Amino acid sequence: MVKSSSRLYLSVFAMMLSVIVHAQDSLKNEKPQMADALRSNGKIYVVVVVLVIILIGLFLYLVNTDKKISRIEKNIK
Amino acid sequence: MFLKNWWKLLSFFLLLYTFTAGFLGKVPAKPILNETIRNLYFHVAMWFGMMIFFIVSVIYSIKYLRHNRASDDIYAMEFARTGIVFGLLGLITGSVWARYTWGDFWSNDPKQLGAAIALLIYLAYFVLRNSLTDIDKSARISAVYNVFAFAMLFPTIWIIPRLVESLHPGGMGNPALDTKDIDSRMRVIFWFGAIPGWTLLGVWISTLRIRLQLLSLKHELHG
Repeated sequence: MVKSSSRLYLSVFAMMLSVIVHAQDSLKNEKPQMADALRSNGKIYVVVVVLVIILIGLFLYLVNTDKKISRIEKNIK
Repeated sequence: MFLKNWWKLLSFFLLLYTFTAGFLGKVPAKPILNETIRNLYFHVAMWFGMMIFFIVSVIYSIKYLRHNRASDDIYAMEFARTGIVFGLLGLITGSVWARYTWGDFWSNDPKQLGAAIALLIYLAYFVLRNSLTDIDKSARISAVYNVFAFAMLFPTIWIIPRLVESLHPGGMGNPALDTKDIDSRMRVIFWFGAIPGWTLLGVWISTLRIRLQLLSLKHELHG
């Protein structure tokens, strides 16, 4: 009786082992996760728009500063 | 006007290209890195900019030592300053990137330490400059120091990172990029968009500061 139950446990353990090995196998074959869903949903464009706005704002500020310095240069000359 | 400033417009369009193609373009799928590989266009470009500005800075320092022109010293100082700004941004962005790939903001990696030491050496350039009250002496000593600081870039960011094991890509070879990690699509955006775009932006900011410094120099000379 004791023997048969331990055999049962052993066989269940062996079955689970194969499941674990299988799971690791599939983990290894899994491709690295990329934000493909984000892209297909179109949300990445939101990020791009935000960045482009910041970029434009930053450059407008620089142009403004550049002009101001040019004006001072002209006045001093 | 346009003939003189075309490169400022170019900088804008190159960065516009980097910001759009950099996010919408396809990138190679890599484990751990995932989408963060796009940081190449921003984080790595900061270091390239820093190196270029430090090279320009040391050239003007040598020019100053040869000809003793105050304007050369101003050029050297302002390019070193922009270099430090880009370097600090590179260090901060790198440590954020490291947090989500290597697991920690700071792992005492040889490349992190080397970059930090290089930046501290350049920060000392400004400490030295500002501690000397005599203008000529300050310019002369800091020009000599700048040559030394530039020489220290070789071991800190160019030699040691190539010799030691590191978490950073490109372990035993190029310290910044493993060329196997990026493909031709990324290479185009990186070399033709991000690097010249960011560098020209830095040059623009430097020239603005240089012009202001030259104005104040003129003001001091002529009352």
